[in-house]
Amino acid sequence: MSERQPIPFRGGGFAPAPRRVLPWLVFAVLIALWQAASNTGLLPPLFMPSPLSVVKALVALWQDGTLVGHVTASLGRIVPGWLIGTAAGLAVGLAMGIFSAARAAGIPIVSALFPIPKIALLPLLILWFGIGEPSKIATIALGVFFPTTISAYTACDSVPRNLIRMGQSFGLPARDIVAKILLPGAMPGILAGFRISASVALLLVVAAEMIGAQQGIGAFVLTAGSLMQTDQLLAGVVMLSLLGLLIGWGLGMVERAMLKWR
Amino acid sequence: MPLHVERVSHRYGPVAALDSIDLDIADGETVALIGPSGCGKSTLLGILGGLLRPSAGRVTLSGALPADSLNPFTYVFQDFALLPWRTVEANVALALEHRVNAAERRERVAAALALTSLADFASAYPKQLSGGMRQRVGIARALVVRPAVLLLDEPLSALDAQTRELLMEDLLRIWSREKSTRVYVTHNLEEAARLADRVVVLSRRPGRIREIVRIDAPVSDRAAIIPDMQRKLWALIRDEAATADREVQDV
Repeated sequence: MSERQPIPFRGGGFAPAPRRVLPWLVFAVLIALWQAASNTGLLPPLFMPSPLSVVKALVALWQDGTLVGHVTASLGRIVPGWLIGTAAGLAVGLAMGIFSAARAAGIPIVSALFPIPKIALLPLLILWFGIGEPSKIATIALGVFFPTTISAYTACDSVPRNLIRMGQSFGLPARDIVAKILLPGAMPGILAGFRISASVALLLVVAAEMIGAQQGIGAFVLTAGSLMQTDQLLAGVVMLSLLGLLIGWGLGMVERAMLKWR
Repeated sequence: MPLHVERVSHRYGPVAALDSIDLDIADGETVALIGPSGCGKSTLLGILGGLLRPSAGRVTLSGALPADSLNPFTYVFQDFALLPWRTVEANVALALEHRVNAAERRERVAAALALTSLADFASAYPKQLSGGMRQRVGIARALVVRPAVLLLDEPLSALDAQTRELLMEDLLRIWSREKSTRVYVTHNLEEAARLADRVVVLSRRPGRIREIVRIDAPVSDRAAIIPDMQRKLWALIRDEAATADREVQDV
């Protein structure tokens, strides 16, 4: 009997494990580096204000009500625009998911119009609806409509066919197959589409406000830039980031509530 | 419910899947369909329950459908086909919701869950259950509509050997108290030998009936004959199974 040797272990790594401190540390280090670079004069304050001055600007603008007014104006465009676009997109997308004729009719049009950057249509929409709110809301609704349509009908396609055959084999009426099998099965895909359409809405509201608005975060950021108030400009950008995070968090709550079964 | 398969043929485009199948199934009988892969046994099951329209021929039944059956032709699926967003209870109740009032529904679902040993799992979701328990839900869902013909499409193929053993015992126990006609598709010869009154052996593409083997011993007293029966069935399909195994798949 020769000497016993342990078998060398080769199975480590390649398995992402959660780290609690590291993510925050990276964040903190990056901001500290940025602040240090500002303090030493490496970053000229006019072109890249320090994190501290951005935070100061953010707090001051929030307290004097300036930001509240702009955020309210932006939300006043995002919310109706997203709701209109989502309602129309779900109606068309689900029809395309359920009916062959709607799909045959819809796919070419949707595919042709989807790639158009919707902001390019804003001048036309301004001619139709005027320079006020409706043209901006319409731009957002259009931008939201197409990805919602596409995610709704692809979500219908992703429902396993065998579940639909099961429903048929148990004699479920067509409306029950839609309500009890197709729609719940498509829900994860539809909700995932909401994340995309929400980011589209945020992007379009900023773009539309930069083209023609007095109020709104996009207008605020543009004005701050032309006045070289870069701390205020970045405060507006941080506000947009917070808004995006907030929307994502809200959608996450909706997903967790509706998709408990996963 | 006596069923008659009358000269049924089926094609998928240029591929002939079934060729002129004639088969009479007696009331209350359990018929197993076996054959090498691609012999069209699942296709025939789809035609029997009206999920597929045969290219030629027809399936008929003698006599009237039993009045108490909510869904005379009812399937149990290989992949269970449970709705993952519904609890066990709600999955079993699915087919009752549009035609049975809430009180009777509860009663029927509770009875079916008791029969399949699922009573303790009524509010679990499918993903929380083992494969065997999931298929018990599939069986409960089928029983709850009181089928006249139970169509089982490889119901145990997705399960491991031990679970399969347990479910065969369950099926025999359930079938001893419930009167339905059953058609059982499988590629597992032991399942056929243990559960069926007759085993229909299909040849490979296009599926034709090669032989029908009757098993006279009652299902409760078969232990002694099962190995011989399996050997006999294997002898009937071995060569064709080997050919099917070597075939290049047309994707």
